[in-house]
Amino acid sequence: MPEFLEHSGTSWQGQKVKHHRSIVDHIDPRLRVVMASLFALITVLSQSFLSLCVAVGVGLLLALLARLNLKRTLRRVLAMDMFMIFLIILLPFTTPGETWFSILGLSASKEGFLHAVVILLKAHAVVLTLLALIGTLSATVLGHALARLRIPDKLVHLMLFTVRYLEVIGQEYKRMRRAMKARAFVLRTDRHTWRSIGYLIGMLLVHSLERSERIMDAMKCRGYQGKFYLFDDMRLSQKDLTFSLIFTPVLCLLIGLNFL
Amino acid sequence: MSSDESFFKVTGLSYRYPRRGVVLDQVDFELKRGERVALTGPNGAGKTTFLHLLVGLKKPKTGQIWAFGKTRNDEKEFVEVRARAGFLFQDPDDQLFCPTVLEDVAFGPLNLGKSRTEALQIAKDTLTSLGMAGFEERITHQLSGGEKRMITLAAVLAMEPDVLLLDEPSNALDVKARQRLIDTLLSLPQAMVIVSHDADFVDQLSTRELRLENAALMVI
Repeated sequence: MPEFLEHSGTSWQGQKVKHHRSIVDHIDPRLRVVMASLFALITVLSQSFLSLCVAVGVGLLLALLARLNLKRTLRRVLAMDMFMIFLIILLPFTTPGETWFSILGLSASKEGFLHAVVILLKAHAVVLTLLALIGTLSATVLGHALARLRIPDKLVHLMLFTVRYLEVIGQEYKRMRRAMKARAFVLRTDRHTWRSIGYLIGMLLVHSLERSERIMDAMKCRGYQGKFYLFDDMRLSQKDLTFSLIFTPVLCLLIGLNFL
Repeated sequence: MSSDESFFKVTGLSYRYPRRGVVLDQVDFELKRGERVALTGPNGAGKTTFLHLLVGLKKPKTGQIWAFGKTRNDEKEFVEVRARAGFLFQDPDDQLFCPTVLEDVAFGPLNLGKSRTEALQIAKDTLTSLGMAGFEERITHQLSGGEKRMITLAAVLAMEPDVLLLDEPSNALDVKARQRLIDTLLSLPQAMVIVSHDADFVDQLSTRELRLENAALMVI
């Protein structure tokens, strides 16, 4: 992964990234999770272009309302596009149908191209909405919201622990990487490089495993017996009602546009 | 065997690792009320192992551990020991696993069966008593090393233990943070076992010193 994208891959910590306060912050986290999930579900199931274009519009609007940082958002969307780019390139050539153009004897079909565009629209609509509604939550709040939505405890704790220790493991990685550089290690395409990187990853796994054992010990020392407790209270307010009243018809509209 | 003045009494304790070999051989040890025992010794001598054995995180090969009025053998019996002997780990990052400071400090009291409001109150009071008021909503992994150390101490003290087991508490602290830790520990009433390589730290705190070398405990 190129360096400028490496960052967005490993450093989602929610709380560390500052964002401007916006009206989205006043909406109850649980409601945001539920609405974003419904929106994603509807968008993914939609087939009509009109509906998908509206969905992208809604995503953009939400992103504007949430006053997302332009640079950061672009970087994240770009990170996703890197993921999809091969799909988009390959689809026209692999989908059977009316020939649109051909390169080196391979014919690209119009159906394949349209299919690729549909996937692209879906992905962008969903990602923009997620960034606006859920990306603006801190990881802790998101974890608690999920717990209150009756998501199994184990999954929520898995997420919270990941958020807590991703940074520690990331730092460990950087520390070892720096130590390697300090001994004149340069990435090359040879056996030495592959082996060294293999050691690095293996060491990271071993360290993480050992750390997890120490954490478990530390928790036992403080009387942990398998149960966690949540602190914050979450209550629905007038603003949440207003948001639901606006957003539900939008969702219905998205569904409806499919049947025009 | 029981006496009101003792918290821990250990007789004939042995432990060996598969590859490191014997690290403790027939060790006897006693911790009395009001004592601050320093435990020194070379790296890998088994100091941390010894502390782990005291609270049952590892199982001794031979020997008896008598703690807080009872002989302790299995996991269940050690749960109470852990509640009364606060363990401060070498690396604060191992101990601070909750996202926010307040949650982390309240974790122990909640496990001891306190209600949410009580636990929060205890957590706030403990933080205030250590001069860490205002840190409640801070994110644990964004604290400095010295701050992390004080928060882990608060997390342990919030359980109101009778004994503190400190595993190299002054590691990686700067002069100021280290002195602050010493002053705080001196003001606490708890009996302590302090594992440390820091001679001055040990001099300022301990009431007696033991050295663990060649699998045996020696009085200094």
